[in-house]
Amino acid sequence: MHLRILTGERLVAVFLCGCVLFNYPLLSLFDRRVDVFGIPLIYVYIFAAWAGLIALMAWFIERSRD
Amino acid sequence: MLNGPAIFAASLLYLVLLFAVAWWGDKRADQGRSIIASPTIYALSMAVYCTTWTFYGSVGRAAVSGIGFLPIYLGPTLVMALGWFLLLKMIRIAKANRITSIADFISSRYGKSHLLGGLVTVIAVVGIVPYIALQLKAVSGSVSLLLHYPEIVMPGRSATLPVFADMSFYIALILAAFTIVFGTRHLDATERHEGMVAAIALESGVKLVSFLAVGLYVTYGLYDGFADIARRVAAADGLHRLATAIPTGQGYTGWFSLTLLAGLAILFLPRQFQIAVVENVGESHLKRAAWLFPLYLLLINLFVLPIALGGLLHFAGQGVDADTFVLTLPMAQRQEGLALLVFIGGLSAATGMVIVETIALSTMVCNDLVMPALLRLRGQALAGSSDLSRLLLGIRRGAIAVILLLGYLYFRLAGEAYALVAIGLISFAAVAQFAPAMIGGMYWRGGTRGGALAGLSAGFLVWCYTLLLPSFAKSGWLAADFLTQGPFAIALLRPQQLFGLTGLDEISHCLFWSFFANIGAYIAVSIMRPPTAAEASQATLFVDALKHARPVGAALWRGRAKISDLLALVGRFLGPQRAEAAFADYARSHGGVAVDVLEADAELVHFAESLLAGAIGSASARVMVASVATEEPLSLSEVMDILDEASQLRSYSRELERKSRELEAATRELKAANERLLELDRVKDDIMSSVTHELRTPLTSIRAFSEILRDDPKMHLADRERFLGLVVSEAERLTRLINQTLDLAKIESGNADWHATEVDLKALIEQSVAATSQLFRERGANVELDLPDQLPSILADHDRLIQVMLNLLSNAVKFLPPDAGLVRVSLRAGADGLEVAVADNGPGIRVQDQQLIFEKFRQVGDSMTAKPAGTGLGLPISRRIIEHFGGRLWVQSAVGEGATFCFFLPFAQTGGATEIAPAQGVHSQFVMEKT
Repeated sequence: MHLRILTGERLVAVFLCGCVLFNYPLLSLFDRRVDVFGIPLIYVYIFAAWAGLIALMAWFIERSRD
Repeated sequence: MLNGPAIFAASLLYLVLLFAVAWWGDKRADQGRSIIASPTIYALSMAVYCTTWTFYGSVGRAAVSGIGFLPIYLGPTLVMALGWFLLLKMIRIAKANRITSIADFISSRYGKSHLLGGLVTVIAVVGIVPYIALQLKAVSGSVSLLLHYPEIVMPGRSATLPVFADMSFYIALILAAFTIVFGTRHLDATERHEGMVAAIALESGVKLVSFLAVGLYVTYGLYDGFADIARRVAAADGLHRLATAIPTGQGYTGWFSLTLLAGLAILFLPRQFQIAVVENVGESHLKRAAWLFPLYLLLINLFVLPIALGGLLHFAGQGVDADTFVLTLPMAQRQEGLALLVFIGGLSAATGMVIVETIALSTMVCNDLVMPALLRLRGQALAGSSDLSRLLLGIRRGAIAVILLLGYLYFRLAGEAYALVAIGLISFAAVAQFAPAMIGGMYWRGGTRGGALAGLSAGFLVWCYTLLLPSFAKSGWLAADFLTQGPFAIALLRPQQLFGLTGLDEISHCLFWSFFANIGAYIAVSIMRPPTAAEASQATLFVDALKHARPVGAALWRGRAKISDLLALVGRFLGPQRAEAAFADYARSHGGVAVDVLEADAELVHFAESLLAGAIGSASARVMVASVATEEPLSLSEVMDILDEASQLRSYSRELERKSRELEAATRELKAANERLLELDRVKDDIMSSVTHELRTPLTSIRAFSEILRDDPKMHLADRERFLGLVVSEAERLTRLINQTLDLAKIESGNADWHATEVDLKALIEQSVAATSQLFRERGANVELDLPDQLPSILADHDRLIQVMLNLLSNAVKFLPPDAGLVRVSLRAGADGLEVAVADNGPGIRVQDQQLIFEKFRQVGDSMTAKPAGTGLGLPISRRIIEHFGGRLWVQSAVGEGATFCFFLPFAQTGGATEIAPAQGVHSQFVMEKT
């Protein structure tokens, strides 16, 4: 039960973290003409942050399974 | 190969495959072996979120605004992190109250209001119609493109064609027929469609695979990776901005609005509600789906920007609509197979959306719009008919057809003026209007029916005015100066700069004003008056949904009903067989009695009402049940009393649970303590018996000799003296034994007095040997000393060390062979201490006995015959003393080679007194008590 509550809190943290990552002003830091391995920076940033959030969610949820 | 018949055949085959999967799914569900009971299937079915908007439209959007398509998928990702609470609560509420649609949800929350359910239904239908138009536009566009293969001809304006020559019209009809066959084959009390969910999950798989295929082809087949595309784009004029920046027209406000809108849509779109809440098989599936579904969204968006940029480069200046790039790029490269796969993928996206959305909408139209109207207008006629389930199915089928035709109508009126994504956003903004009433309803007890009605109406009207009407105006169906000048040339009322608000894109603009009106009216009207009894009871059911172990709905009904009436009522809507089966199940779970002897209590009435609620909506169900049962209305205070009672009961039971847990813990502790006591008791008995045994031996001797002396007065003097000597020596032994027992007990309990002084060990050994020289002489034995000069002194208790030395020496004497005995005492200095060894040439000690001799009252040797020569406590005491000063006492011996007792004392004491193990501590306690 305790772990359940903790997982819930962790997921809320993921939500809040995502809200900050995907909005102004953090987003504007990456809004510039820079390439990463030839791919535009903002595209790399968004997909990396997105994948990171999903991985975090998966980690929190799958760990709480038992 | 890509011609009309081939395309038609492929589509037909695909639809037949879907139908087969759905049929199989339904069959398995009837057998109770669900094929959709898995979090993966659940997540895939949630991906019905990705329609042709995603499949074709995202690329179109990306071609105009770069990464501006992403918020539509980031919003749901964020909301799924909260799905743990939000969706779980929605699922709990829906399961407990048999809620089958979002209209039912809202109407049920605010006191089972017909009016509210109807309003939600109207908003949903009007709001979703553009979205359905979007699917028609995409599918007819893709068919028309493929039909012109190998040339790439943009679809013409279908509005110029007569309806019966317009392919979109037939596509709408086919989709309607397909959905009717698919979703309304029979009426189910829970409105669950397992087969449909299985087919939707399959469709989600197909659209993901085909989109990834075309993405990989464009990125790595047509070009040399994304970096290559980006490099070419950088060289082309004006395109680079697309790949690198937040779109200028949208800005961060627009970005935020879209994220919020999409996040709300994932919860409140009728089809998402249907899939995520109504069709949910198990709450636990939500957990894994919470990250699998966002993963799906990420994957399907990975190649959107490369395809868009690749298309812009490839078709530069050719006038190809970016919404069609997914299809036209493979076509331009003569990739017929890939083009067909893309077409099937797009068809999947469209059919999936249309099926689930229209089924969800038709349930709402039937339960919350048509049924209430029929009940009101034709109540008498309905009461006469015995089976209404066919009527219900008919209404739903009609609703599906009407909704699709409305979609077609919107497509003809306004569809051409907008890109796919823009049409979809209009729908998103409409369903977002449900958010205040839904979220407020789940977390705020104060929300009332009036507040919800006011909020929804206000929000909906603002949405119509700022988004829907402008969409008509833009397509030329309304005069264009409605947009530019405002109605009646009032500039302040211009729909997309309402009250002069500029600087926002149209979606953010609509979202701001509609939420302002919606939330404002919802809260303002709600707080004007307290909730009624019905509102308060429903509010509690919803807000506390996660707290109740089982629904308390039944507790909130009081009245009388007849079982036969209820059965007949349910039978009329569900069909008599289904109703009887459901009641029989209920009877079985309530004591296994026959249906007709069941008591028509509040619980049964609640059961009947929730059965009906599944088929005709909660508001109508309440009206119907009220028509056959005499309900005594409850006042608000009574409802509150019942709810208070329920919550008090809950807290009592929680308190009880806590108490019983505490009791259990206390019992465990007591049991452990008891076991420990028993163990101690046993130890005490052991000690008692060994001590008394040891005491008895000398006592017996003393008594025996004393009796001889008393009984035989004529005894010779010499014998008499010998016996008296024995009595005295035995008495001495007894004294020694008692002293040593006391001594050991003192040491073990830590109560012994220690006087640590500087001790010269060499002098100490010499003193001890001198003290025992008489013993050695009597035995005819020699003592050899091997003591070096100049040794550092040591910190210890002088008298105690003497005691140890005397004990070791006297022990050695006892086992020496008569007249040939030799004892060697040696002293060695090590790096960190001194070592003393006392070696004899006696019989030695067997290896297995070498530990035993250090135990209390253990004397090795032929104890059965030989008279014990000591008390059996000397060595244990010596060992304790040495250990007290941080040293060790041990023995080295082999049978026939004598024994060497050694002890080691460190220069620096580590830790002072040795630790006393608990058992030993207790041990000594008992010894003390006894003495």
